[in-house]
Formats: sequence, structure tokens, C-alpha cells
Amino acid sequence: MSLSVLLFGILSILAVASALITVISKHPVRSAISLVFHFFMLAGLYLTLNAQFIAAIQVLVYAGAIMVLVIFVIMLLNLENENKLKSKYNILQWSAFLLGLGLVFLLGVTYLSTGTGLQFAPEIAANNSTAQALGKALFEGYIFPIEAIGILLTGAIVGAIVLAKKKLS
Amino acid sequence: MIQQIPLEYYLLLSAVLFTIGTVGVLTRRNAIIIFMSIELMLNAVNLTFVGFASFMGNNAGQLFVFFVMSVAAAEAAIGLAIVLALFRAKKTVYVDEVNLLKW
Repeated sequence: MSLSVLLFGILSILAVASALITVISKHPVRSAISLVFHFFMLAGLYLTLNAQFIAAIQVLVYAGAIMVLVIFVIMLLNLENENKLKSKYNILQWSAFLLGLGLVFLLGVTYLSTGTGLQFAPEIAANNSTAQALGKALFEGYIFPIEAIGILLTGAIVGAIVLAKKKLS
Repeated sequence: MIQQIPLEYYLLLSAVLFTIGTVGVLTRRNAIIIFMSIELMLNAVNLTFVGFASFMGNNAGQLFVFFVMSVAAAEAAIGLAIVLALFRAKKTVYVDEVNLLKW
């Protein structure tokens, strides 16, 4: 077993486990911390794909900014364990579980039956994913989406402030 | 000689993560945990994007990861502000107890 296969195995098992803890655990803080761990594992997986800049952005934006916001809101709301609403929804939960099994079966069969036949080219991937190459491609071919994202973020800031204000006057 | 992992393994891992996120959205009642499950699903799709970008020798997939991340950031700000406003109005974050539009 080579090093890259070992690395992929460890990272993917930890990523799946932390995603499961995120979904299953009763306390929101526990699932938030587990989600931060999951984001770090995904950053490691991006590094195995030679996408170093995306890995850095993943840690900065997701594990840094978004999860701080989530944990801040959890602290602000002072939530307790979710145990009073458990027994009523067993049928719903089982059907959702079966639905999920069906979805992963469908996706897995699709991916495995239609082999992509692509070969990993480490040097090309590493050259393509530097900050310089990404910025060049971003501002040459995607200038309109960037402007749209700017408008979206401005609208999101204004909307968040309006929604979180105590009283509109 | 380093033996490389095929692209299908990354796609399968991403499918499993996406499904975990879907099951989380379907089963959990806490609005914040539903929100975190949506983040899980977005990240699973990002993994597919990066995998294809690296295997095809083309960085358009990585650019789309940027756009997904910025939409996720906007969604985080708006979604958590909605949860705050909901908690102020109804004193709950459980989506079962929010039934203003039910009749």
C-alpha cells in the first residue's frame, strides 16, 4: 500500500465519521466542533488532489468564518439537548435512512458503472491550482459571475442586518 | 512509484458525504443542525468539483468551488439571521414547532 492510498483512506474515514457525528449528535455544539474537524479533513483531501489554494481557502472560509458564525449563534441562543422530540418521528427517520441508502446506492452504481477513464496528472493539477493560475482564469473568463457574487454578498449583508435587528422602525 | 487513487473513489466518498447531509436534513428538527447538514452537502459537491478539476487538467472546477463557497457564506449569514429572528418570535429553533403557515 502506497503513501497516497493510505492518506486517502485515513482522511476519508475520518471525514465520513465526523460527518456522521455532525448529523447524529444531540448537542449542537458537539456537531459544530465535529463539522470543523470535517472541514479540516476535506482540506487534506484537496491537498491529495494537488489543489493547495482551495485547501487553504477551505480552512480560512469554512472552518474559520462560517463555523465561528454558527458557534456564535448557538451560544447566543443557549440551546439545550434535543431529546423531547425523539420518539414521535421514528417512521420518518427510518424512511429518511432508507431513502439515503437508496441515494448512495444509486450514486455509487452510476459512478462505478460509467468509468471516467481519466488519469491524474499531478504536475498539471499543481500548476493549475496555484493562486496565480486561479486568479488569472477567474478574471479572464468569469468576470460576470464575480460581479454577481459581489451583488449577492452585498445583499446578504444588508439582509442579515435587517433580519437580526430587534425592531424595524 | 506512487500508486494513485482513481477518480471514482473521490466520487464515491463525495456521494457518501452528500447522502449523510441529506439524511441529516431529513431527520433532524433543530434548524441549526439542518443548516450544518446543508453545509455538508455543499462540501461534498465541492469535493466532486475539485476531483474533476484535478483529473481533467482544467481549473474551471476549482473556480466553481469559489462561487459555491461565497454562496455558502451568504447563506450562512442570512440563514443564521433568520434563525435568530425565529428564536425571538417563537422561542424555538425546532422546525416542527414553527407552524404559522400550516392550516
